[in-house]
Amino acid sequence: MTAFFQNLGLPFEGAWLLSTIIGILVIALPLMLAVAMIIYADRKIWAAMALRRGPNVVGPFGLLQSFADGAKVFLQETIIPSAANRTLFLIAPIITFTVALIAWAVIPFQVGVVVANINVGLLYILAISSLGVYGVVLSGWASNSKYPFYSAIRASAQMISYEVSIGFILVCVVLWAGSFNLTAIVESQRGYYGFLNGNGFNPLLFPMAIMFLISAMAETGRAPFDLTEAESELVAGYQTEYSSMAFALFWLGEYANVILMCGLNAILFWGGYLPPFDWAPLYLVPGIIWFLAKILFFFFVFSWVKATVPRYRYDQLMRLGWKIFLPTSLFFVFLVSGFLMLTRYGGAQ
Amino acid sequence: MIHVLAFYLFAILVVSSGALTILSRNPVHSVLWLIMAFFNAAGLMVLLGAEFIAMLLVIVYVGAVAVLFLFVVMMLDIDFAELRAGFVNYLPFGLLIAFVLLAEIVLGIGLWSAGPIELAQRAAPVNPELSNIQAIGGLLYTRYIFLFEAAGIVLLVAMIGAIVLTHRARGGVRGQNVAKQNRRRPQDAVHNVNQPVGQGVEL
Repeated sequence: MTAFFQNLGLPFEGAWLLSTIIGILVIALPLMLAVAMIIYADRKIWAAMALRRGPNVVGPFGLLQSFADGAKVFLQETIIPSAANRTLFLIAPIITFTVALIAWAVIPFQVGVVVANINVGLLYILAISSLGVYGVVLSGWASNSKYPFYSAIRASAQMISYEVSIGFILVCVVLWAGSFNLTAIVESQRGYYGFLNGNGFNPLLFPMAIMFLISAMAETGRAPFDLTEAESELVAGYQTEYSSMAFALFWLGEYANVILMCGLNAILFWGGYLPPFDWAPLYLVPGIIWFLAKILFFFFVFSWVKATVPRYRYDQLMRLGWKIFLPTSLFFVFLVSGFLMLTRYGGAQ
Repeated sequence: MIHVLAFYLFAILVVSSGALTILSRNPVHSVLWLIMAFFNAAGLMVLLGAEFIAMLLVIVYVGAVAVLFLFVVMMLDIDFAELRAGFVNYLPFGLLIAFVLLAEIVLGIGLWSAGPIELAQRAAPVNPELSNIQAIGGLLYTRYIFLFEAAGIVLLVAMIGAIVLTHRARGGVRGQNVAKQNRRRPQDAVHNVNQPVGQGVEL
């Protein structure tokens, strides 16, 4: 796209800036729409599993429910508690929202359809997702209220714990693909057994795919790991003191993060924009359709788990992260690298 | 052009947030400015072409170290007046450290302009074709393998030391044995008693 604007007579810098801004808008605006619709989908799935109807009043089948909620929240007054730290109180939701958006910069939707095709794409995702905890911690502290503070403490411990095992799981995938670049990782998943696309079909990586799915739920604070906003204990967790747009930014950021984690599941283990079978007619469907279909599938799994699994107790959450996931993922790092050493890199010399 | 703009943006932000780290009254704000400084330093490293180091800086320092730091500072109950009263007492010491650091910077710049720094190249010539990660990995796991492993052992010892110092066996804690709980079956836990009327239960 930079070349296109340069042909129109712009200098390189101007063309680069313009094409980057357009690229960002092309991802961010549909993402916001997707978040609105996915909140609706989440409520509908959850309702169906509880034999309820879910949102069904605003628009046909209640499709416009999220927009009505958005308009309502937008028109509300922003209440800032008098004891709160004003600046940080308002910065916290902005951090959550921004962090949820900027991670999408390196996600490939198709070969070459990516805002920033950088070499360290996966590390960038790890770095950005490790920033997400600041929104929660700051909101908890700045609210100057006990329940948000408890929630912030829980959130930071939880996110740091699960990041460790996510890191090791990613190392397994990176070892197999031989690259940190997300497009290269997707391309490396072609043709398992001659007809399947996806690392998840590899018996060495399949357990990692399951663990990544569970860790992703813990990392985004979704049920059954939603200890940060456990309503029976902490009112609404770190969002307790928030109202209006500040609250909406948390909400949007959380769901954008959930979609991102679903997308990462698809990219790392289930072939991203590749069709599930390595069969020529399937490639006629554009890659972005496959990618979105996989994201929707994983989102359904997330909602399914949310509707059916009870919340973990906090000490058991920590036990799962440190005593089960961490040793298992570490073991698989050894296993995968040992296997690759024997087969791909010519054995011990 | 964009590079130059980005450099000055990051550089100004690093320096100013570094200054604000020292100047702000509230320790939590200080930590947040420090995080800002880390983040912009990562931006500077990206501009240098050291994207791997930049990402590691964000993951390790911003994502883990600073979170724990922020955590500790948030939980502390700090008396600001007392903190400020100690300022004059520490002033000579602070000035001494500042002087040493300044001297080091001046020396460093002087040596830099004295000639090209060839030492690093002689010790470990870098192949310009390799990517960041491959170059660092190649050096860390071949030439500097013993130093690297030694650093790991030092960290392990530090971790064990911290656990030994803080761990104490407390009485009266009922630990949870999850495997034992999972092995438990209804017939182990529940049994029917044919209870005659008017007598106590024998369990």
